[in-house]
Amino acid sequence: MTRRLGKNDRWLLLILAVICIGICIFFYLQRGEAGAVAKVTIAGEVYGTYTLTQDQTIEIKIDGKVTNILKIQDGTADVTKASCPDHLCVHQKSISRENETIVCLPNQVVIEIEGAKASALDSMT
Amino acid sequence: MKRKTAHLGMLLAVALICSYIESLIPFYFGIPGVKLGLTNIVVVWMLYLIGAKEAFLISILRILLAGFMFGNPFSIIYSLGGGILSFIAMLLLKKTNRFQVVSISVLGGIFHNIGQLLVASLVVENFNLFYYMPVLLSAGFITGFLIGILAQELIARLKGRL
Ligand SMILES: [Zn+2]
Repeated sequence: MTRRLGKNDRWLLLILAVICIGICIFFYLQRGEAGAVAKVTIAGEVYGTYTLTQDQTIEIKIDGKVTNILKIQDGTADVTKASCPDHLCVHQKSISRENETIVCLPNQVVIEIEGAKASALDSMT
Repeated sequence: MKRKTAHLGMLLAVALICSYIESLIPFYFGIPGVKLGLTNIVVVWMLYLIGAKEAFLISILRILLAGFMFGNPFSIIYSLGGGILSFIAMLLLKKTNRFQVVSISVLGGIFHNIGQLLVASLVVENFNLFYYMPVLLSAGFITGFLIGILAQELIARLKGRL
């Protein structure tokens, strides 16, 4: 208890730091370009895919009730209204780069940005 | 026994205060509801001063009560995912008796955020959320480190007095 960090601690912290930095670099190299479409999934099921090039407002409905409103403007997607109790999805920043997401946990809604390649693959399957 | 119950009650109160402070900090990791894990300081402290079983009990109670008071059902499942995973990681590392408080806290911080990420991915059934892993891991490391230093000071000063 007298020493803050023993030899074991230094090694462990060094290894953990290297792992964190490594993962950051890996993800950074994989980061996407500006995306092409916004894909909406509800509980893992694809609900719809919407192009970012066209300004539009999409009502996401579950069982006929509107749960989230997705607004696409100037190539970015944003949730402007939601029925969930926390409204955290509304507070999240708008997204435009590949792989960025907006999540509404209570409604199980995820909006993710996909590039042109990924969305072409999706439409084939 | 009475003294112990009072002691546990006090720890629970301290843990709840940490939760409250945390709920006031608007911190977005890209995934809504993900918390920094400041309450880990009480968990680390409890692991050293009162033992694993009590520490686990207080952690779970803290998460449930804080969820009802400052959160919602969804913040409870996030916190449970993060809290339980980080608790197991810290307990296992502490059991080896080879590491100091700081290491244990850093591991706890990292696993706290991995736990939250896993829960979020499972709830929305979408593993693309792992996009946020680098931020979450780094944040877990840094908060874990700072909390560890603080916890070490606390434990050194309070040992034997409570
Ligand atoms: Zn929402």
